Amino acid sequence: MSHLLLLVPFLAVVVLNLLPKRARGAALWVSFGVLGLEAAAAFVERFSSIDSSAFAWLESVFGFRLAADHLSGLAMLCAGIVGMVALLVARRTLKDAGEKFFFANLVLVALVGINGIAMVRDLFSLYVFVEVTAIATFILITASRSGAANRDNQVFEGAWKYIILSVIASVLMLTSIGFFLLSAGDITFDAVKGALGAPGSLTWVAMALFLCGLFVKGGLVPFHGWVADAYTAAPAPVSVFMAGIVTKASGIFALLRIVSSTMGSALPGREILLVVGALTIVVGAFLALGQSNMKRMLAYSSVSQMGYIVLALGGDLSLGILAAGLHFFNHAISKSQLFANAAAIEEQLGTLNMDEMGGIGARMPVTAGTTAVATLSIAGLPPLAGFWSKLLIVLALWNAKEYGFAAVAILASLVTLAYFLSLQRRVFFGKTHPKWAHVKEAAPGLLVPVVALALITIALGVGFPFALRVLLGGGA
Amino acid sequence: MIWMTLLLVVLVLAALWASMTTALLRAALGLALTSALLAVVMFSMGATLAAVMELSVCAGLISVVLVSVTSLTQRQPLKEILANRRSRLRRYWPLPLVLIAVGVALSFVHAPVEIALRVPTGDGDVRTVLWSLRQLDLFGQILILLAGVFGVLVLFRKEAKHDD
Repeated sequence: MSHLLLLVPFLAVVVLNLLPKRARGAALWVSFGVLGLEAAAAFVERFSSIDSSAFAWLESVFGFRLAADHLSGLAMLCAGIVGMVALLVARRTLKDAGEKFFFANLVLVALVGINGIAMVRDLFSLYVFVEVTAIATFILITASRSGAANRDNQVFEGAWKYIILSVIASVLMLTSIGFFLLSAGDITFDAVKGALGAPGSLTWVAMALFLCGLFVKGGLVPFHGWVADAYTAAPAPVSVFMAGIVTKASGIFALLRIVSSTMGSALPGREILLVVGALTIVVGAFLALGQSNMKRMLAYSSVSQMGYIVLALGGDLSLGILAAGLHFFNHAISKSQLFANAAAIEEQLGTLNMDEMGGIGARMPVTAGTTAVATLSIAGLPPLAGFWSKLLIVLALWNAKEYGFAAVAILASLVTLAYFLSLQRRVFFGKTHPKWAHVKEAAPGLLVPVVALALITIALGVGFPFALRVLLGGGA
Repeated sequence: MIWMTLLLVVLVLAALWASMTTALLRAALGLALTSALLAVVMFSMGATLAAVMELSVCAGLISVVLVSVTSLTQRQPLKEILANRRSRLRRYWPLPLVLIAVGVALSFVHAPVEIALRVPTGDGDVRTVLWSLRQLDLFGQILILLAGVFGVLVLFRKEAKHDD
């Protein structure tokens, strides 16, 4: 069954490209269907145990070594939901039929990459699928011609920074894999775990290099330079897809997988995760505070929230992985919702400069309301979903006796609340400027996904114990 | 040994030429030459399959892609070319000197490597590894190529539309 998650999107791409030109309008919906199946597959209990009979022939043809667990299910669920939202946003905001077709195809290619990241069991395959995702994303950023005509250079700059830093990360990861082959003799997660248990400086150099590669891919401080440019330059649906799942899967989820599969509780690299996590939270939050462009603020907010996930991994390991997984899901939902709302605002106002906005809440009440839900959840206010994941992160740090880092996590939440309240005030509150008198609520095509995501955030917060059992099976 | 040293020197010069030249076409040719020389080095070290891969993919395929893309670019006005050249010379003139100095310095370092190295698992034949043990990675590489094809399609399409 795990094979199907790689093969179905791949075959969908092949089929879409064999369709006659007049039938290509269906590409978005075919892609939507595949992503729906992906989200549904995440709910299948004990996913990998249903490999067998019906699909045994696939195993004989493709000798893939894959394994899906609850963490994989989490990544697949996020990819499915965020991908569907991105496609709905693309349907509304991309004007050219060709652009929509290529977007649908590249989302499917990136989806195979994300599924691979979720299910592989060795470092080299992990690297290969991280690259698949990165290259599909690079093309997604550059591909669109929607938006202002003079945006081409900005788009190219954002995409260029992304690919150059991505290549640097790849070099670090490949070097690390070479070192692991020399010191451990193999690169499966089990072999790496064994090697890390034995003394040997080369193994730890290799692990440090691999972690650095993932820090770059995940946009963590000090490797966060590309995030704001890439997210801001990308067209609206690409921003939703990138911020919602791509950066998280190729950097943060891969890190989550490495930590959970290769490092034991006596983790000598724990301090690195704590320091990088705390630094990322604080720097990202303060950079977000100073932004006037809505997408740039959301981008730096993403950087800061990724820091929380890394910080959780440096705490008590079992609780930390659970907290990190939950925050991964919450942030994927809320941030894709916020980028979709930014797309709606840009469509109506033609700008994302918050200094020019004000008072549009009365004109766009649903957008304002759903933005409030997402921002308050990310800031960690009860009873929304973000509160629970941040609480678990603080508890994981507290259990590991990392009181100082727990304090940083709590205090930085106040900064998060500050910049998001500033966003709400500058965009939605106050008297409506006459310039925006003509502004109307976003189209239903954009409202449906953001309302659905807001409902997920509220439902997950209110029904937390039940939702946790469904999402993570009670623990990772 | 002497011809190998000469080969490496030419290889470094070709790489420097590729990175320092202002003409895209010359840079692509420099890269192709670097790759071809690297393939010769690989052949001489007995890594036949790696050499074939280097020659076909880097020296062949990538050069074709680079030359094709270069043909789509537009010529800069002479004024800008001269300004860029001056600025580039100002910024990068120490690069070859630094590279040579680092190379010479490293040649004097004899750091003892005392790490118990283990032989990687697998039977060592690249074909067996690629087709039997690493099928999943091969699938990933096919996807990377597919994504690349989309990239070329999208960007070429964009250029054609701009030309209209």
